[in-house]
Formats: sequence, structure tokens, C-alpha cells
Amino acid sequence: MSILVYAESAADGHFKKAALEAVSYAKSIADKAGDTVTAVAINATESSDALYKYGANKVLKITNDALKNFSPNAYAKVLNELKDGDTIVLPATNDASSFAPLLALKSSSTLVTNLIAAPSNVSPFTAERKAFSGKGIETIEVTEGAKVLTVLQNAFGLKENPVSGSEEAVNVSVSEADAKEKVTQVQQASSDKIDLKEAEIVVSGGRGMKGPENWGMIEELAKLLGAATASSKPVADIGWRPHSEHVGQTGKAISPKLYIAIGISGAIQHLAGVNSSKTIVVINSDAEAPFFKSADYGIVGDAFEVVPKLIEEVKKYKGV
Amino acid sequence: MKILVCISSVPDTTAKINFTADGKEFDKNGVQFVINPHDEFSLTKAVQLQETQGATVTVVTVGDVSVEPVMRKALAIGANDAIRVNADARDGFFVATQIAKVAKEGGYDIVLTGKESIDYNGGEVPGFVAGILDYGFVNGCVGLKVEGNAVEAIREIDGGKETVSVQFPVVIAGQKGLVEETELRIPNMRGIMAARTKPLSVVEAEQTSSNLKVVGYEKPASRGNVTLIDKDNVGELVRLLHEEAKVI
Ligand SMILES: Cc1cc2nc3c(=O)[nH]c(=O)nc-3n(C[C@H](O)[C@H](O)[C@H](O)COP(=O)(O)OP(=O)(O)OC[C@H]3O[C@@H](n4cnc5c(N)ncnc54)[C@H](O)[C@@H]3O)c2cc1C
Ligand SMILES: Nc1ncnc2c1ncn2[C@@H]1O[C@H](COP(=O)(O)O)[C@@H](O)[C@H]1O
Repeated sequence: MSILVYAESAADGHFKKAALEAVSYAKSIADKAGDTVTAVAINATESSDALYKYGANKVLKITNDALKNFSPNAYAKVLNELKDGDTIVLPATNDASSFAPLLALKSSSTLVTNLIAAPSNVSPFTAERKAFSGKGIETIEVTEGAKVLTVLQNAFGLKENPVSGSEEAVNVSVSEADAKEKVTQVQQASSDKIDLKEAEIVVSGGRGMKGPENWGMIEELAKLLGAATASSKPVADIGWRPHSEHVGQTGKAISPKLYIAIGISGAIQHLAGVNSSKTIVVINSDAEAPFFKSADYGIVGDAFEVVPKLIEEVKKYKGV
Repeated sequence: MKILVCISSVPDTTAKINFTADGKEFDKNGVQFVINPHDEFSLTKAVQLQETQGATVTVVTVGDVSVEPVMRKALAIGANDAIRVNADARDGFFVATQIAKVAKEGGYDIVLTGKESIDYNGGEVPGFVAGILDYGFVNGCVGLKVEGNAVEAIREIDGGKETVSVQFPVVIAGQKGLVEETELRIPNMRGIMAARTKPLSVVEAEQTSSNLKVVGYEKPASRGNVTLIDKDNVGELVRLLHEEAKVI
């Protein structure tokens, strides 16, 4: 038996970081259960070495035009066909989260989503998952039977565990007809943008930034740190920044290693989406801003003074 | 066109989340319940389709009698009628089983949900409903148009968007963007009065079996005290992030 894991790749054929985290997670179960890890790669072009590095013993490679566009039903069908054990691990990406319930139905499995930590026990499977938008942690147990698990990004994280794996090309019986959904247009953001959910560092701006014309310094700081950019909800609502950058309870939930909040007050709905970040830095001109209570480091000061100084200091540190 | 909007009743976004002393359950004491924020976008979209394309809008909630005020709010916003499936919303599969039954019996063309409920953060119900009924499914929708017997939905993907076309019947899981924030509706007096007499029927639940057990809940560890750094000594922040926090 082996643990099946879906190694999702991006449009450019590279494995997503979330996929490598899912492989790491599968490996942590396999080690406890005495199983092996089999990864499924669909239309990926990157070498499987990246998957071996995180513990995949075997990689099933599928190249199929019918899977070029995403369809929840078709993807669920493929994964179900390839399973040979009772555990399937998926990253909690948009795509995999969409087909996870369909896969659970097809494979008569119990679905557990948004896992944040390695299982404390593999039989019965017992692990922690996110609940109440990060305001709570729920421990669940799958009492028996098969399971489909999704692993939250940047929570369990990447764990290197190199094995000497092997590759196998497989054919699957899937056709265009398996997709009820027809993709008619894809708009991909430029590929040099770091995906917000996968980013290790996020620089975020709030209403304190005063206007979209001031985002230059947020972007410059982000670029220097190799970070993604984000915003509070009102900033997206007024149209200063795109909706896809809005973080919080009603936007994206993220847990980077470092979250830098600039001109954000720290409302409870904002915190819900970012408080699982490892380290939080707050820059705010108001010493009473609630965000300071949930921060690790804080600077009380005007963003328009502090951020340019921070950019200079980071440049010094990076030697650029 | 018949639309079924699935509404989950969740703690108000400002609510402090506490668990019972034994850690087994969410403590509802003193907590206000509201329409799940993602569902509000879906509900508003449905009401717009009612106004512009003659859709009828039914809301459904799986829950005990305590969820009715939240359902009345959905009626006040403009839904035509409501169905409550009388049961504790035990898990995603259970809830989806109930909704699938209502959706099938009522012959709805579009089942609109939110992408995730902000309490248990499952993101399971819409996919399960689509799977149980073998309907088309688009998750994380940020745009929706209905033409004839098909929808054109815009879905968020990691790092972009894509447009998807699907025939009725279809399950659409919405989020912010499906309608703009400014289009969300606050119930007015007329809506609230009308909601009192709109039909809210109660049906009994189907049983399902489950291998999922909740062991308990905890609050995440709280952060230590904030270390404040003088605004004239920003270099110190960089040093701490590198040497102490080890994040850069
Ligand atoms: C149902 C619901 C859901 C919500 N979901 C979310 C969500 O998902 N995400 C989210 O972010 N919000 C959400 N909100 C909104 C939330 O309640 C707050 O209104 C919002 O987070 C405030 O955004 P802000 O901090 O950018 O703006 P403000 O609250 O206006 O704060 C601006 C901050 O900038 C500081 N500032 C001003 N000038 C400067 C300067 N020159 N230099 C440095 N600092 C300065 C101020 O001191 C202040 O603290 C939600 C609200 C509701 C009701
Ligand atoms: N008890 C419920 N009654 C009706 N709809 C629900 C219920 N729970 C969840 N839903 C719907 O399913 C969506 C996803 O919820 P969940 O799978 O719980 O994250 C929600 O946004 C609602 O639209």
C-alpha cells in the first residue's frame, strides 16, 4: 500500500510549493504507518527530482491534453483510478480543494480539509486542522476507513526527506467528456509574481497608505525581500489594489514566515486571516492601534518615513 | 430559473471564539450569528438574478430552530422562500446530503453556496453537493452570468482567473467579487416586514453515517509581548528579524 499524493503543478509546468508540502505531509504519514509515498504529476514538465527530495518513492506521470484545463470531476476521476491504498493527500490549493469532495465521494473516503500539523496518530488518523478562521484549532479523528486529506499551505511546511525514487508514465481513461465544465478563457498573472498563499514573506498595506499611488514603496520592499504583496479589505474595496490581494476573514488566509503590516489597524477580521503567520511586524503611526497587541515587532511611526528607511536598511543587509 | 442559495449561520466576524471547559465544543454563549460572509455575496447575486432575469430564489439552511433569525434576514434581503432542514449541521457530508435532497426534489437550476463557512472552514459542502447530484461545479467564483440554460462563471485560480461555461444544473460556490462589496444589501424596513410572512418550511433530515470524530478544540497559542523598535533605529528591526526571529 502507498499514500497517494497529488503533486500539483503551475501553468508553467513547475511543481507548486504547496505540492511539495503535500508530499512532505504524505511522507510524515508514511513514515509512521510504514508505507511508501506515490506522487501523481499531471502535465508537469519539471523533473521529478523535486518530489524525491521531499520523500516521494514513486512518481506517476500523466501527460494528457484532456487534463490541460481543470475540471473537478475529471481530476477526481484520475486520482481515484490511481489510488492503491486508503489515504490520499492533496494540497489545499484552489484546484485540489475543489475536487477533494468529489474524490472523497468516488473513493468512499472521509474528507478532512485544511490540516495544519502532522498526525499525532496514524491509526486511527488523528490530526489538527484549522477552524474558526484561525481563531481555533480542531483536532479530528477518522475512526476507520479511507480518507482524503488536504494540507494547508505554509502550515506543516516543507520537510526535506530525500529518497531515491522512480518514475512511471501512466495512461488514464479520461476524456473531454468527463468535464462538465468547459474552460473558455484563462487569465494568468505574470509569472514573476509570487503567489500570495505560498509566499514566505508578505508585505501588506492598509488604509494608512492613503492611496494607490503610494504602493511603490510597498512593492519595492516586497521585491527586496522576495515577498508577495497583500492588502486589507477596505483597500481592495476602494479599488486601490486587486481583490486577489485582500487578506483576512473574508479574503485569503495566509501563514507566511514573516508578515509586515503597514498602515493596517488590526481589526479582528483582518487578524483572522494573518494571525497564523510565524512573525508579525506592524508599522503604524498610532501607538494604540490594536495590531500592536498581536505583533512580534512594532514600529510606531509614519509609514512614509519608516518604510523608506526600512528599504534602505534591507538594502544594506542584502548588500545591494 | 430556480436558484437555491445555501446559507450557513456563523458567529459574527467580531465574535471572540471560546470553547466549552472540556474543550469538546464551540461555546455559543453570548455569540451573535450572521449569514456566512461568503454566502452573502451569493445571496445578493441570486437576488440580482431575480430582479433582472426573473429567477426565483429559495434559501436553505441545515440547522436547528436557532438559525431562523438568520434565515429571515436572507428573506428580508429578497429571497422568495426558505427551507430549514431540522438537524444539527454535524459535518460537511451530512449537510451536503440534506442540501442535495432539497436541490433535487425542488428541481433547482443553480445551487449557489459560499466557498467556505467561516466557522468550521471546511470548504466541503458545495463539492459534495455537486458530487452527490453529479452536477457541474465551479468553486471560488468571482463572477457569474446566466444565458439560457448555462452559466458563464469566472473562477479564481492560484495566480489568476479563468472563465468556465457549464450547463444547468450547476453548483456555484461564490466569494467576494461575485458581486461587489457595495452591492451587498442591508435589509430595509419593507424587506423585514415582508420577510415575516414569507414561507419558511421545515423538513426533517436524512441520516448519514460518518467516520469523522471531533476530539476537541483549542485556541492557538498567543503571541508574546510586542518588541517595540524606535522609528529612528529601523536597522535594529532588520537585525532582529535576521538574528532573533530568523525569518530573513
Ligand atoms: C463581515 C466583515 C468582514 C471583514 N473582513 C475583513 C477581511 O477579510 N480583511 C480585512 O482586512 N478587513 C476585513 N473587515 C474590515 C475590518 O473590520 C476593518 O475595517 C479593516 O481591516 C480596516 O482596514 P485598515 O486597517 O486598512 O484601515 P483602518 O482601520 O482605517 O486603519 C488604518 C490604519 O492606518 C494607520 N495609519 C494612518 N496613517 C498612517 C501613516 N501615515 N503611517 C502609518 N500608519 C498610518 C492608522 O493609525 C490605522 O491604524 C471586515 C469587516 C466585516 C464587517
Ligand atoms: N448548515 C448549512 N446549511 C446550509 N448551507 C450550508 C451549511 N453549511 C455550509 N453551507 C454552505 O456550504 C458553503 C461551504 O461551507 P463549508 O463546507 O462548511 O465550508 C457555505 O458557504 C454555505 O453556502
